[in-house]
Amino acid sequence: MKTIQIKGVSKVYGYTKALDKVDITIESDRIYGLLGRNGAGKTTLLNLMTNRIFPTEGEILIDGETVFENDRVLGNIFYMTEKNLYPEDERVRNIYKWIKEFYPSFDVEYAKDLSERFGLDTKKRVKSLSTGYTSIFKAVAALASNADILLLDEPVLGLDANHRDMFYKELISNYSESPKTIIISTHLIEEVASIIEEAIIIKEGKLVLKQSVEELLSGAYMVSGEASKVDKYIQGRKCIGIDSIGSFKSATVLEAVNNKDEALAEELELEFGKAELQKLFISLTT
Amino acid sequence: MLIDFNSEKPIYLQLAEAIEDNILKGIFEEETQIVSTTEISVKYKINPATAGKGVNVLVDEGILYKKRGLGMFVSAGAKEKILEKRRNSFYKEYVQSLLEEAAKLSISKEDIIKMIVGGNGIEDNSDKGSK
Repeated sequence: MKTIQIKGVSKVYGYTKALDKVDITIESDRIYGLLGRNGAGKTTLLNLMTNRIFPTEGEILIDGETVFENDRVLGNIFYMTEKNLYPEDERVRNIYKWIKEFYPSFDVEYAKDLSERFGLDTKKRVKSLSTGYTSIFKAVAALASNADILLLDEPVLGLDANHRDMFYKELISNYSESPKTIIISTHLIEEVASIIEEAIIIKEGKLVLKQSVEELLSGAYMVSGEASKVDKYIQGRKCIGIDSIGSFKSATVLEAVNNKDEALAEELELEFGKAELQKLFISLTT
Repeated sequence: MLIDFNSEKPIYLQLAEAIEDNILKGIFEEETQIVSTTEISVKYKINPATAGKGVNVLVDEGILYKKRGLGMFVSAGAKEKILEKRRNSFYKEYVQSLLEEAAKLSISKEDIIKMIVGGNGIEDNSDKGSK
């Protein structure tokens, strides 16, 4: 059970349309990045996928079955929420045992081992954990859940660089060992750019695109050099993310990489570089 | 092995070249096993599908081969294959770009040859001028 179909889903809160007729098919055993600006509807979408809230219209199917009040289907999805939903006064190690009640394939030993590697003291109560360790605790629970589908909402919130590195590596190794469908919702786009296979970008409740990162990046490139020469090069081309420092300028050209005009760039003494996912994201969502 | 995430070259191609470099340097010997795609993807934090794509480029070229249930191995004659491939692209990748850069700096072909034969050709010239 790993394929998720979101069919014509809308969610309306009073006068606001949090999601507007979204259609997405999430394929099995891939890592997706769910990207969008604050308030774009990312968390609403994740909440809908896990039946925490109900769509105003449309439906969500997992391997063809509705998620609506379907415990068998929901028992295969582990949702790491941004908010803490675990009992505050409970100790971490007790929560691991408690999770096992709901997720029978939860691996307590692996959770303990991961906690140790991250320096998380499992004797501590949830409320006494720092922001970073609260994230680590929730991430450990997700990784050890052995669920077929992992939904990770801002998994590295408050984590230091070292712990983020450890988390991403563990995520990849966990995924390689037992492939699963993973959706990571995050604002740290460049950090996940090489990890995710496909990007799902939403804006104001609507799906902007769902495309493989490789394809997305090969549809653009960066050009830089002396400002007036860059201007000359980009004239008549579709460009985004134009930046200048003094008389140096760089721009991201929205053309396939093989369309770049090498002869002209040579003449103008310009340099080519790789487009950044983050820059494409900004241009697509503003 | 180094991967430059800012490079224009796709990650999977960089990975394939990095493995080739290691074969040329003798770090990965012929008929021995190389690191698994899982190890590669974890170490560089890249999607396993990307790592797999890089490795498959080399499998298609006969530089690596899969042993069922064991992993990836360097083919016999892999080093020679890589050498041949790289020699074929040497002119285009290195000589041509060298000549282009030299033209920008108005360094003549003769100067380049001098540099190749006897170290820093330009300094030699200025020495002669001052004498």
